[in-house]
Amino acid sequence: MLDVETLKRQALEIRKLTIMEIGHFGSGHIGGSMSIVEMLTYLYYHEMRIDPKNPKKEDRDRFVCSKGHAGPAVYATLASKGYFPEEMLMTLNQGGTKLPSHCDMTKTPGVDFTGGSLGQGFSAAVGIALGQRLKKQDARTFVVIGDGESQEGEIWEGAETAAQWKLDNLIAFTDFNRQQLDGRTEDIVCMDGIETRWEGFGWHVQRINGHDFTQIDDAVQRAKAVTGRPHMIILDTQKSHGFIPGEGSVKNHSMAFDENAAREAVAELYAREGVKA
Amino acid sequence: MKDTKDIKNMRDALMAAINDLASDHKEIVFLDADLSSCINSTTFQALYPDRFFNCGIAEANMVGVAAGLSSMGLVPYVHTFGCFASRRAYDQFFLSVGYAHQVIHLIGSDPGITAQYNGGTHMPFEDIALMRQVPGVNIIEPSDAQSLYELTVQCHNAGKISYTRVPRKGATHRYPVGTKITLGKGIVLAEGQDVAIVATGEVMVNAAAEALKLLETKGIKATLVDLHTIRPLDTDLIDKIAKQTGHVLVCENGRYAGGTGEEIAAYLAKTNPTKMDFVNVGERFGEVGKLPYLAEQFGFTATHIAEVAEQLAKR
Repeated sequence: MLDVETLKRQALEIRKLTIMEIGHFGSGHIGGSMSIVEMLTYLYYHEMRIDPKNPKKEDRDRFVCSKGHAGPAVYATLASKGYFPEEMLMTLNQGGTKLPSHCDMTKTPGVDFTGGSLGQGFSAAVGIALGQRLKKQDARTFVVIGDGESQEGEIWEGAETAAQWKLDNLIAFTDFNRQQLDGRTEDIVCMDGIETRWEGFGWHVQRINGHDFTQIDDAVQRAKAVTGRPHMIILDTQKSHGFIPGEGSVKNHSMAFDENAAREAVAELYAREGVKA
Repeated sequence: MKDTKDIKNMRDALMAAINDLASDHKEIVFLDADLSSCINSTTFQALYPDRFFNCGIAEANMVGVAAGLSSMGLVPYVHTFGCFASRRAYDQFFLSVGYAHQVIHLIGSDPGITAQYNGGTHMPFEDIALMRQVPGVNIIEPSDAQSLYELTVQCHNAGKISYTRVPRKGATHRYPVGTKITLGKGIVLAEGQDVAIVATGEVMVNAAAEALKLLETKGIKATLVDLHTIRPLDTDLIDKIAKQTGHVLVCENGRYAGGTGEEIAAYLAKTNPTKMDFVNVGERFGEVGKLPYLAEQFGFTATHIAEVAEQLAKR
């Protein structure tokens, strides 16, 4: 049973942790972190078969954050799940940290593949899904890419092979927040018609509000019921969603703010959500 | 160890090694990029159809997929022409494989001028330089069928990422089965005190072996090393031959910048500055032609190597 209220509370907590860890360091990729919080919360708190006490369990479901710069949100999620202590979040990007800007499987407990050089995590996710099939595991691979990342040719190379191999255990999300580092995607390289593109590549495609747990749940469960094709769920999202100082800005890819500003932003968010901090 | 004396093509020695390994190691998979009939990975496909994946003409994704498979405990062998394996899929090999601590065995066929009439677009001269930048990689370029078979097995057993430069057609049979061939240890084919020639790969070792005969007629005694392993560099052997001869000539079917010669020169500059010279393609791009024509064009002939060695020995 989907418990939307609990998931919403959890998402709020993950947003708070994400804002605080970036604020503690002083700057970071806040925009693309905040836009995928509902997806992360749904996967880690509802969908994926994982065990934080045994992060390398062989037949686990796997998650690849191909848009690796959303690391801070991934780390906040993993910490809240108990993969490592929440205090560790305050080491983000400090020398010797296990939590670098971009997700790194060799450093962080619970990170299933390295991402950050855009496009590469997606190919790896295709390989992981193929590996799960070869190993006859009843397990799925989840991967998130950005709409800006989808400008990379490697994404479409991966799309071809996943469709050719009929990897129906691969469920991909596109964080369609309509922005990239330099500004709005439509002003740089427009990614409109994204569903048609994926359909043309032979994928099973859905498009939903990426901040709505009920819609996320419907889409993921529907994807699981469709066989013979890999799945793409386009998430219409708002970049920096929940970090109110960045909402609506085209300069929210990476923002500099200190701990005081982080605390204020959290208070502002909790007030908007009608929740006591 | 399998005797490869009846194998007629280098690609078949390579595939024999991989197919034999895959028989014992069920985790081995093979990925090709629409060049399976060029390297005869079709033989792997026939033996292990469930473990063979033709990724189409999309090399970057192929290497990324291989990295993902490695993270699942599988051991991917990945083939394409050396130009694509290095230049086109480089960032994936560097990051998704090397940086992410995954293990794959990347095979770049048609090294240097052996790309022949595929020409400049398909002629990998810089693959050694590129692959050398990936920490921890084993790079091999065996000069005959037996050493190719054995080093392929040893690269697998080493459990580290590897890059193999391999010509496809024809095969030199230099080493009888039973010859001691060890990953990371060059093979001394001749010993002489005047000059040491270090050669990598079939084209260069063959040409250098002929050059030794020409030098002999001029009274020049040369050492010849088959440096089948480019990384890790056999520094013990380099130290030894530099000390013995004082003159080291490095011959490689590739570019000077970042190549084996440069690595050896940098090493000797630190330990034992030695008079050196180099035979390689220098700053030139590739071009079409059959092997003898290209060997002439780029100076990869016994005559040219002997000339350079003679001049070096006199310095």
